Amino acid sequence: MSAGRVIPAGFFPATFMVTDMNKTRTSGRTIGGLRTLSLQAPAVSLLFLWMIVPLAMTVWFSLQRYNLLMPGMTGFAGLENYEYLFTDPALWSAMGTTLLMVGWVLVITVVGGTLLAVLFQQDFMGRGIARVLAISPFFVMPTVSALVWKNMMMHPANGVLSWVAESLGLPAVDWFSSLPLTSVIIIVAWQWLPFALLILLTAMQSLDEDQVEAARMDGAGPIAIFFFITLPHLKRAISVVIMIEMIFLLTIFAEIFVTTSGGPGLATTNLAYLIYIRALLDFDVGMASAGGVVAIILANIVAIFLVRMVAKNLES
Amino acid sequence: MATLELKQITKSFDDTHVIKGVDLEVNDREFVVFVGPSGCGKSTLMRMIAGLESATSGDILIDGARMNEVGPADRGLAMVFQSYALYPHMTVEDNMGFSMRLAGVSKDKRREKVLEAAKILQLEPLLDRKPKALSGGQRQRVAIGRAIVRNPSIFLFDEPLSNLDAALRVQMRIELARLHEELDATMIYVTHDQIEAMTMADKIVVLQSGEVEQVGSPMELYHHPRNRFVAGFIGSPKMNFIDVELVSSDAEGVTIKLPGGETRQVPIDGAAHASGGALELGVRPEHLVLDEQGPMEGRIQVLERLGGQTSLYVQMGDNLLTIMADGDVAYRVNDSVRFGFSSDRAHLFDADGLSLAKLHRHPLAGLRRQDNRAPSDTVDQ
Repeated sequence: MSAGRVIPAGFFPATFMVTDMNKTRTSGRTIGGLRTLSLQAPAVSLLFLWMIVPLAMTVWFSLQRYNLLMPGMTGFAGLENYEYLFTDPALWSAMGTTLLMVGWVLVITVVGGTLLAVLFQQDFMGRGIARVLAISPFFVMPTVSALVWKNMMMHPANGVLSWVAESLGLPAVDWFSSLPLTSVIIIVAWQWLPFALLILLTAMQSLDEDQVEAARMDGAGPIAIFFFITLPHLKRAISVVIMIEMIFLLTIFAEIFVTTSGGPGLATTNLAYLIYIRALLDFDVGMASAGGVVAIILANIVAIFLVRMVAKNLES
Repeated sequence: MATLELKQITKSFDDTHVIKGVDLEVNDREFVVFVGPSGCGKSTLMRMIAGLESATSGDILIDGARMNEVGPADRGLAMVFQSYALYPHMTVEDNMGFSMRLAGVSKDKRREKVLEAAKILQLEPLLDRKPKALSGGQRQRVAIGRAIVRNPSIFLFDEPLSNLDAALRVQMRIELARLHEELDATMIYVTHDQIEAMTMADKIVVLQSGEVEQVGSPMELYHHPRNRFVAGFIGSPKMNFIDVELVSSDAEGVTIKLPGGETRQVPIDGAAHASGGALELGVRPEHLVLDEQGPMEGRIQVLERLGGQTSLYVQMGDNLLTIMADGDVAYRVNDSVRFGFSSDRAHLFDADGLSLAKLHRHPLAGLRRQDNRAPSDTVDQ
């Protein structure tokens, strides 16, 4: 994973921890009569502390009056922070934005990744180089790619896109003010498309060539082969891509911070960015923590479903 | 009616010539087996017939019509792959009905045809299963069923039994032979296993490095191999080759001098060869006989007792010969044995590896597979 992806404390590792620990508890206690718990203990307890300390602190802060601008006002707040949070229209707007961002990026990367995987599976001159180039955006760190998109691609005066528009005789678009959410989605999708491509291309390579030939003998053309043979074969890999991407896309931060700062208004403020605004712009630690707890719960709900789905898929 | 004709078919990948001009005729309802060592081009030849691979030059004719440019689905063929190539996400029924689904056949009609094929192959109870829930033999039958459903004029089998265990292989072999009778279709079968070839074929095509070595019925190949390669490839265990010297030849046959110095006459036409020339004597293990007065002698290296028969591996000079003897022979390793051979069954090969013609044709050499049946079983067509 590239550097600089911001993951709020306790945001999602909790789910992984729980499922992992369940597994070891049921299957890994004794191997060949040897008790393995004591051997696992150092690693497991380290991971457990790593998760539980920030999580407990977040929950604790969310129940406190804790605003850095009002140092005098402290003490137990009960569910007051949550009350303010849930009555704040910004929360619902942020949730909607998060959903749109995750949804659209998933659609673009999965559909595009599948098509590109099929394309890059074909034999053509310079395929190896083309594959490396197609995958390389994933290795650019999010802040850098966001800056490149902001200043060199989507800039209304000297961006490549406006140059293209101009040479076609169209008016230049000021992407970040007129289509802010779309712009962020484009940038994030550009970053994650290579990931989907990488996973799906690997999956493509395990497709049994005989099956394709059998389908050809059965009268399937390229399109029928894609829908009846390739796509079912990629099902499992696609579900893995969706799961992993979803977990990371719920926490998009750098791209928003660098390009739109969550604006105009709240147009590109997702849940992660809202927590950042509450904590480090409004200095309201209590409310930000409450937001963090909501985010943890949301991510865990998503993760439980996805982990189940993927596990079921992998078993079959 | 389905006949296949190949005319001077060649196939090259860049500079590698995989198939070097093959001519072949397959008659209607014939069971033809392509056999040869791995890398001989037999699978490539089949894939060219199927249309999965294009021929570099030459003509492929099915029922007299040139098919080189016709796609694999439109040649009226069906192929059974070595890996079965079942679609893993579809049920047995969907697997078998896939070609009809693509052709837009209605669901009821599809089910009817699938059931018909499933009945022939005893697959009815498995129709709702996915391939992964089937055993190897069942998968094999589904793959065959998928071919039957297409109602092809020619069936192509690419080493279909090589992934099965030995017992199942024997069973499927019998089943395939039965299927051939029942469907009355032309079948082409690729294998490297000469037992499959011998037991199932009407006609065997022996290939080596992209060339046809010999085409003929199993008994013809066994009794009258055209050259040393075919003689060694057909028959198990492999034929023994012994260097001999030609002493004289007349109308009764050739007199040869064996390594021990003794001479024997074999009923083979040696008129074209000069006296004193070096030849190679080919005798199958089952035609070498242990005999106290035999002309040759050797030392037993290994003894394999199979119960009913015993294989003796006998060192004679530089050659390790295989002798199939009775199961009860009392020899032990390192014993010295004398043995002879039945001269009617001997073969002679010249320096180029070509076999010298026999004086008498073996009575079974022209046998066709259907001749094995008594006249009363013959189904009227």
